[in-house]
Amino acid sequence: MYLQPSTLEQAVCDAQVDGVRILAGGTDFYPTQGDVLPDFPILDLSRIAEISGVSRTEKGWRIGATTTWTDLVSAPLPRAFDGLKAAAREVGSIQIQNVATLAGNLCNASPAADGVPPLLTLNTEVELTGPNGQRHLLLEHFLKGPRQTELAVGEIMTALYVPDIKGAISRFSKLGSRKYLVISIAMVAVLLCIENDAITEARVAVGACSPVAVRLPTLEADLIGQRDVHGFVKPLHLNPLQPIDDLRGSAAYRLDVVVPLIERALIAALESA
Amino acid sequence: MDGGGIPMIRFSLNGTEVSVAATSGERLSASLREKCDAKDVKIGCNAGDCGACSVLVDGDVVCACLMSTAQASGRNVQTLSGLRTSDEGRALTESFQNHGAAQCGICTPGMMVSAIAWMRSQTGTIEDALGGVLCRCTGYRKILDAVNEAAQGGAPARVGSGQMGSSIRRLDGADKVAGLERFGDDIAGADVAVVHVIRSPHPRASFRFGDLEGFRTHTDGVLAVLTAADIKGNNCFGVIPPFADQPVFAVNETRFQGEAVAAVVGTPALIARFKDVDFPITWEDLPSVSDPQTAMNDGAPELHSGRVNNVMIKGFVACGDSKAALDRAVHSVSGTFETGFVEHAYIEPEAGFAEIVNGRVEVHACTQAPVMDLESLAEILGMDHSQIRIVPTGVGGGFGSKLDLSVQPFLALAALAIQGPVRINYSRSESMQSTTKRHPAIMTVRIGADADGRLSGMRFDGVFNTGAYASWGPTVANRVPVHASGPYAVRDYRAEAVGVHTHCPPSGAFRGFGVPQAAIAQEVLFDDLAAACGLDPLEFRVKNALTNGAATVCGQVFDQGVGIGACFEALRESWHDALTQADDFNQTSTTIRRGVGIAAGWYGCGNTSLPNPSTIKAGVRADGQFVLHQGAMDIGQGANTVISQIFAQALGFDVHDLELVGADTDVTPDAGKTSASRQTFVSGNAARLSGLALRAEILRRCNLDSKTARISSGDGVIVVSDGSVLNEISLSALDVNADGYVLHAEETYDPPTKPLDPNGQGVPYAQFGYAAHLAVVEVDMELGTVTPVRFVAAHDVGHAVNPMLVEGQVHGGIAQGLGMALMEEFIPGRTDNLHDYLIPTIGDIPPIETAIVEEPDAHGPFGAKGLGEHVLIPTAPALVNAINRAAGVQMRRVPVTPARLRAAIVGRDNDR
Repeated sequence: MYLQPSTLEQAVCDAQVDGVRILAGGTDFYPTQGDVLPDFPILDLSRIAEISGVSRTEKGWRIGATTTWTDLVSAPLPRAFDGLKAAAREVGSIQIQNVATLAGNLCNASPAADGVPPLLTLNTEVELTGPNGQRHLLLEHFLKGPRQTELAVGEIMTALYVPDIKGAISRFSKLGSRKYLVISIAMVAVLLCIENDAITEARVAVGACSPVAVRLPTLEADLIGQRDVHGFVKPLHLNPLQPIDDLRGSAAYRLDVVVPLIERALIAALESA
Repeated sequence: MDGGGIPMIRFSLNGTEVSVAATSGERLSASLREKCDAKDVKIGCNAGDCGACSVLVDGDVVCACLMSTAQASGRNVQTLSGLRTSDEGRALTESFQNHGAAQCGICTPGMMVSAIAWMRSQTGTIEDALGGVLCRCTGYRKILDAVNEAAQGGAPARVGSGQMGSSIRRLDGADKVAGLERFGDDIAGADVAVVHVIRSPHPRASFRFGDLEGFRTHTDGVLAVLTAADIKGNNCFGVIPPFADQPVFAVNETRFQGEAVAAVVGTPALIARFKDVDFPITWEDLPSVSDPQTAMNDGAPELHSGRVNNVMIKGFVACGDSKAALDRAVHSVSGTFETGFVEHAYIEPEAGFAEIVNGRVEVHACTQAPVMDLESLAEILGMDHSQIRIVPTGVGGGFGSKLDLSVQPFLALAALAIQGPVRINYSRSESMQSTTKRHPAIMTVRIGADADGRLSGMRFDGVFNTGAYASWGPTVANRVPVHASGPYAVRDYRAEAVGVHTHCPPSGAFRGFGVPQAAIAQEVLFDDLAAACGLDPLEFRVKNALTNGAATVCGQVFDQGVGIGACFEALRESWHDALTQADDFNQTSTTIRRGVGIAAGWYGCGNTSLPNPSTIKAGVRADGQFVLHQGAMDIGQGANTVISQIFAQALGFDVHDLELVGADTDVTPDAGKTSASRQTFVSGNAARLSGLALRAEILRRCNLDSKTARISSGDGVIVVSDGSVLNEISLSALDVNADGYVLHAEETYDPPTKPLDPNGQGVPYAQFGYAAHLAVVEVDMELGTVTPVRFVAAHDVGHAVNPMLVEGQVHGGIAQGLGMALMEEFIPGRTDNLHDYLIPTIGDIPPIETAIVEEPDAHGPFGAKGLGEHVLIPTAPALVNAINRAAGVQMRRVPVTPARLRAAIVGRDNDR
């Protein structure tokens, strides 16, 4: 059974089919299938106009769930989104960016999902729609662990909401073993508000160094009022991180390189202010 | 909906409306290939990791393997076939051929489609646009050149005389850039029965089949089930007959994860949905060994009876007295070096088709060795050679792994079982799990020098993990001691290489047969030794380089053709400039440090001290057409062009007027396997002799004895022109032989070698090729990342038959050497896909300058030497030397991943 609704209402209805799995951009869906044809009902969300595209809301921005990374890059958005756009350009390849969706990146819940750190620094909220209506969750509450989210059976992620943050500057950097098509060893997103060369608000998130990407609240608090961040990041600031040893590097390596990654991103943001 | 309840999906394909009955969730790539016959869409991974299936959907480039066919409904889908007649497509069609940007051609459609999307959007860099398409042959630089040329309006077709030394375009290039070359999975029709192999989920397991007969009769769509019991000949094969040890289907116990135990032959509909859990088999996971040190311990499980302590073979070379020389050395250095499994990662997984024709089995599959395939199948099937035909398809990269059997026995057994056509196409993980790898090595090396910096003794002890089966392990064990000295005069030498079995995938042939691993140990230690001697690394190497008249470690003395000194000289200016530039750079940069490294390599062309003949046949038809039977497999390296150029040169004929036939075991004589960098040298010589013989026959008929006469063909005539004198041979009256030729020639060449004695002394090869590379890198000291900045590669090829193809080999070899040095490490069971196993992308290969050195070889055709494997031997050690110099570390293990390098910089034990 292949369900391809064109309205959200129908999609929510279709999402109640027993055993149905959601397909959007396909870039995470198909690699997990091996070379075998799917033998379960598929709900294809790619034809629902109302859950795609970037638009302005009263207090910020709405990014439709099936907005692709390429759509995001071409959307006219304030500088606070520069980090997210930089992450978008590092998602796989052009081929992937042209179809992969922001909601797919979140619902797949990989610890190395490129979109999560910048979306965390944007205080993103996700909108989930089910038969009983809509609910909104902060992204950090939506992501529960590797491949685990708050998305209930029968629910669909329909949008991301990003509140306005005036004058913010953001940066993103990803560390991998090759240039393109690479899974992160570690990645960092920073978002700063700066007045008179001093930081007035700071948000820092790190990915691929814990079961889900996390913000570093102590560091964020300590950064307020700072102008020079060379050598600023201390081990204490990294307490929320719980990296593991894997193919791409040890936990010790990750904790080690996260420091220059954060400092470089902060410096780049400060310099561009 | 059609009658069967499958919805019809309509979309535009290359401007034509199509309607496809696609099953729920069917991938667009599958629909395009199997239901729309768009075979120009290639499938390399089915996971978005390789980009070979790139197509445009409403103008945007996407991977067709990641899109459901239903998502294409109502949209405009364009593949290379539809795009190549556009302005951008035409320009790329020429520029890809002009630059040799298509080697094997399997990535070419995806590359060109992505390039067209970039040319139309003009956003971002070419690298960004092509970063999603992997190429394993070209090293990407020629692709960048080609796309640049096309973007600047294109250029006319590059023309050349075709004479030796002329960079003509590939003779077989047009089909590659049109997406028309037919690879292993491009032969069969959509309704052909499919073979699915059942493989061991554990490194070592015992297994028991359930009710196979019940499974066969009660499962809709099962046509046959094959196990060891169905093998009428010998369930044992191997590329080196005395070491043959690998079953087609394991019996009782498997020896590596991914080993075949059975196969299901079924309808396409069944196999598309088939899950291994539905096959009646029970597994018991058994204790296994994965590292050779443990495998050599008493009490370790023995993989093959008679191979005590799992030692398969020891290779040995000794000359002089290494111990005494090392004892008296003024300076000495030593170290233990480690390398991992390396996967060939050609973009075409193994695939093929087989059918029964007049009672004979015909196998169409990608291969590097058609005649060896035939001989092995005869043994397995218990059939006469005459009852088997091997028709090689296009080969989407090989690099050594497609020398061994893979799909061929399954295809032949299945076709015989159902007495009908069958097909098979390995999944990426199946390909990576079950086919051969580069041997992991642990090498302990000690090298000494006297007070003047002259070598004084070298000892090499290497343990090579040969995996579950012998494959080419004996060749590796024998080649390594012969080559581990590098191209240097070492009078006192002792080298031993041990091949040890483990429960890992079989290690086999991979570009260099173990020599690249050994070169890392030797060349990196040479930098340490040069430093100990207070000598510049280049001067130290020049001082010790082999020369004409100096004995190799096998006691072989070449009185000509030793080109390593010339290779070093070709790098001298770049070396000094690069060192100065790096010093300047490092004056002001502390986080990013620049380093320069140099390394050399040599490689014997052809089999080691074994017969190694090639035969090339040619003929002239009565209509005047000259035909070359070219059986030397072109796997992208360019044999079709190079062998033809050599033949035409000898004949005195225009290469562009030749018709090529083959390879096909029914019509081409045995030109040996495409390995050991032997085709240009050995088959090239056979082509030269064949060309000369045909020329002699033609000149004899004109009563001419001329070195300068040119031969050309006319309608039913041969025209021989010598200065102003024209002769014509009318062909209509001549007898036509069984092949349809009125004139023909068939010649064989076998390089002169002599056996090695127990100390490895003798004449292992008639010819060596030589190489030296210079690498410049930048190391991020805080992150441990390495960015290669530039390569200069000097290669002694004797006489460059086609300089453009020489550069293509150099670039591709460097890309593979770079991968081995910086990112590639196959871990069985964990990295059997192309997102955990990383090969270089287009953003990872810096500019490469190629210096072609021509020190002619007396045995080579017109002086030419082999090249294919030489190119990656110096790359990894040059990079490691550059990294060591930049970061002040001593790396002893590749790949030098960021984590390992950073650990070395800060002295941390993790990641080492």
